[in-house]
Amino acid sequence: MDISERTVGVGAGAAQTGDAVSAKDMATEDMVLNIGPQHPSTHGVLRLRLRLDGEQIVSAEPIVGYMHRGAEKLFEVRDYRQIVVLANRHDWLSAFANELGVVLAVERMLGMEVPERATWARTLLAELNRVLNHLMFLGSYPLEMGAITPIFYAFTEREYLQAVMEEVSGGRMHYMFNRVGGLKEELPAGWTGRARATVAEVRHGMVRVEEIIHGNEIFRARTRGVGVLTREQILQYGVSGPIARASGVDFDLRRDEPYLAYGELGDVLRVVTRTEGDCHARFSCLLDQVAVSLNLADACLDRLEALPPGPINQRLPKVLKAPEGHVYQWTENPLGLNGYFLVSRGEKTPWRMKLRSASFNNVQVLKELLPGNLVADMIAILGSMFFVVGDIDK
Amino acid sequence: MSTHVLAAEDLSGFGTDPWWLIVIKVLFIFVFLVLSVLLTMWAERRILGRMQLRLGPNRHGPFGLLQGLADGLKLGVKEDLVPKNVDKWVYILAPAAASAPAFISFAIMPFGPQVSIFGHQTHLQLTDLPVAVLLVLAMASMGVYGFVLAGWASGSPFALLGGLRSSAQVISYEIAMALTFVAVFLYAGTLSTSGIVDAQERLWFAVVLIPSFLIYMVTMVGETNRIPFDLPEGEGELVGGYHTEYSSMKFAMFFLAEYVNMSTVCGLSVTLFLGGWRAPAPISTIWPDANTGWWPMLWFIAKFAMVMFIFIWLRAAMPRVRYDQLMKLGWKVLIPVSIVWIIVVATMRALRNAEATTTTWLVVVGAGLAAALVALYLWDRAAEKRREAKETAKEQEFATLKAKPTAGGFPVPPLRAAHYGSAVRDALEAPRPERGTSAKEVTGA
Amino acid sequence: MELYVPILVLAALSAGFAAVNLLIAAVAGPKRYNRAKLEAYECGIEPTPQPVGGGRFPIKYYLTAMLFIVFDIEIIFLYPWAASFDRLGIFGLVEMVLFIVTVLVAYVYIWRRGGLEWD
Repeated sequence: MDISERTVGVGAGAAQTGDAVSAKDMATEDMVLNIGPQHPSTHGVLRLRLRLDGEQIVSAEPIVGYMHRGAEKLFEVRDYRQIVVLANRHDWLSAFANELGVVLAVERMLGMEVPERATWARTLLAELNRVLNHLMFLGSYPLEMGAITPIFYAFTEREYLQAVMEEVSGGRMHYMFNRVGGLKEELPAGWTGRARATVAEVRHGMVRVEEIIHGNEIFRARTRGVGVLTREQILQYGVSGPIARASGVDFDLRRDEPYLAYGELGDVLRVVTRTEGDCHARFSCLLDQVAVSLNLADACLDRLEALPPGPINQRLPKVLKAPEGHVYQWTENPLGLNGYFLVSRGEKTPWRMKLRSASFNNVQVLKELLPGNLVADMIAILGSMFFVVGDIDK
Repeated sequence: MSTHVLAAEDLSGFGTDPWWLIVIKVLFIFVFLVLSVLLTMWAERRILGRMQLRLGPNRHGPFGLLQGLADGLKLGVKEDLVPKNVDKWVYILAPAAASAPAFISFAIMPFGPQVSIFGHQTHLQLTDLPVAVLLVLAMASMGVYGFVLAGWASGSPFALLGGLRSSAQVISYEIAMALTFVAVFLYAGTLSTSGIVDAQERLWFAVVLIPSFLIYMVTMVGETNRIPFDLPEGEGELVGGYHTEYSSMKFAMFFLAEYVNMSTVCGLSVTLFLGGWRAPAPISTIWPDANTGWWPMLWFIAKFAMVMFIFIWLRAAMPRVRYDQLMKLGWKVLIPVSIVWIIVVATMRALRNAEATTTTWLVVVGAGLAAALVALYLWDRAAEKRREAKETAKEQEFATLKAKPTAGGFPVPPLRAAHYGSAVRDALEAPRPERGTSAKEVTGA
Repeated sequence: MELYVPILVLAALSAGFAAVNLLIAAVAGPKRYNRAKLEAYECGIEPTPQPVGGGRFPIKYYLTAMLFIVFDIEIIFLYPWAASFDRLGIFGLVEMVLFIVTVLVAYVYIWRRGGLEWD
């Protein structure tokens, strides 16, 4: 029985399955290589269909959707409180930032004022979440390049931070701490002190991460000038976040369209940019963003401690209905722009909620970026695109 | 000139063992290698653990010492999978072809001087040959068959690429490695390992021939496919490389082969460069008997373990190099440097043998320097020319591609698609900046 | 010839060990048939049909093999020369330098023609 017939209907890759491989020249034959859906360096189920000439990539095509969970459709049958639990799962490394977007959107629809304490606490937790996310990639990217030690250093720091997040929210990954109108509950007594100590600890630990890999000769040789993204490509494909900033696209919602308390943090918030646009620039962008986020966290902690006691959330009606209308709320997630387009018809569930996730746009540019590179460079490029598969497939 | 050019070694102490002694020695070598594999695996994981702020395996036996054994047993009772479209016989025999030759190299490794075993005077070395080091190189080459055939027979692109990479890498680094030995043979005057150890009685070759030693240290990592040169099995790119399709004991045998090969190159580095079984300087100075009896085996194993530690240390500290960087290092750096170094060593040695006067020395050194300068100048000129040619070619290609972006398979985004909006118009009107990867693509086209 | 006998014994032992391992692998493990398991690994999708016998290799590997032979032969000449260097005197040095330079010329030629490029 020929079972290959059955599996070809998977997105755009089907068009190429089984086509006669045209001999590019007499010397060699092109070879089709599938990277993914199950491959160590796609950390998830992204699939890349590569045509190789020897070790060189002739064409590449990202084939997405292996992890599609229909999040947008599920949003339509959940009320606004329940949506939060779904929304923090598409990019599982930036759960806090994801749920933040949803509640901000609903609050804007309702015209709701959020207590000041909640705003500052949200800003703080969002920045800590950003550090957690970045540490993951600062560890996993070297791992894909064969350096096995940095990931343990990064995870040591992650562990400290996760303890802080766990104390405040009860979760280590899917915090579920945002509520429409504020946060779930008051911060534990003495938590700010412990958070401050942890931030200092992580800042100290980042030196270790940086020293073992960032200046390494082999690491530089493999990432410098490799996988250069231009400004134009970034604009055409809607690439955002640290990847875009590494190519000199100086755009950060925290500064350019401030939400939460970022408007008041202008002197601490430094938008990290690079001009090279290569893998190394993307990696160092991430590294520097961690330092900036830690500074922001410290500033937020200062402010939180200075604020007078008060409520951290709003009392909500039993049935929460957003008025008829639509709103687009975007936030600067760790991996890039994350937007929710919420259309409401006055029901307790959204009529439609479109999710614009950062990773989906970011990986599309691989099609442009990969051809002409070596298979080994493919790994360096893929790793430096910092994506979460759930965020691609939604 | 002597007519017995090659028969100069004194190997009279070898080949006289009775059969039972041969069996004992063979068994010893076998057990030594298997134990060293198990212990290296354990040490590697424990040391890596320490370096990575964690504990490492510590459950099986004291300090987790039996972890390797447990892993081996586990692999033994796993299902032995033979995928559908493999070349069956080659697929089955490849692991054997990889692991069997690995053991043989150790036959010529000198563990110590002459001792008495059950009243029989014998060397602590299985045997020695007039061409002992050649045997090691031959066995290393034989082991490559296992890797390349495993990749070829697996019928999977990952395995095939892994096997090809492995063979290309190992033979490339073998040349550089073999060239570093030439300087050693120049000084030792023999290829027999016991002779080479004897020649290092006063001073280790690692000190006399530092460049050779350093090159050897690099090539031995390349030769054994270890990080930073572990491309054949670079899991980020090729998943498992040539052993992707292997499971159970067949996989374990590739693992075994890799670690035995590591043992071999470590043993070889000790023998050829680090004075073999001789005690290191401070010990032998204060304790004259350190180099007699069974003690030398301790020194050998201590040095062996230290070189092995370097492997582990590298693994903790280094990322993997890229394939072209690996080949470039092997072919464009290590090989020419080795060859030039051989000429330098030979010239110096010849002058010393001929008891040359100071004037001769000066003339030779001056001539060498002048030649080097001329070569450097010519090289620079040529490089300049090439760079210019490359630039022009790039510009020409760029011009054609600008006129017709789709020419030559050049990847072009769907610029004219309506929904791209203003970003596209900007990009079209502005002079199209050079793409980052274009340099590579254009020159490679 | 006695020098080589122990090597043969060791070779026999290691070959026997390899054979026993192969046998253990075939005998000790369970056998559970599953069609999907018998497919070649290609990241979890149906393997792309490969040409029989792995197809043709990129020519670069062939070139590397040829270069290896050239240099390996050079090394085979270098070893006996190095071992008996002290007895050959200046004559040996000059002879071998000429030989090495000849090979180096070929080496430079290969380099210039791009034979050592791994793009």
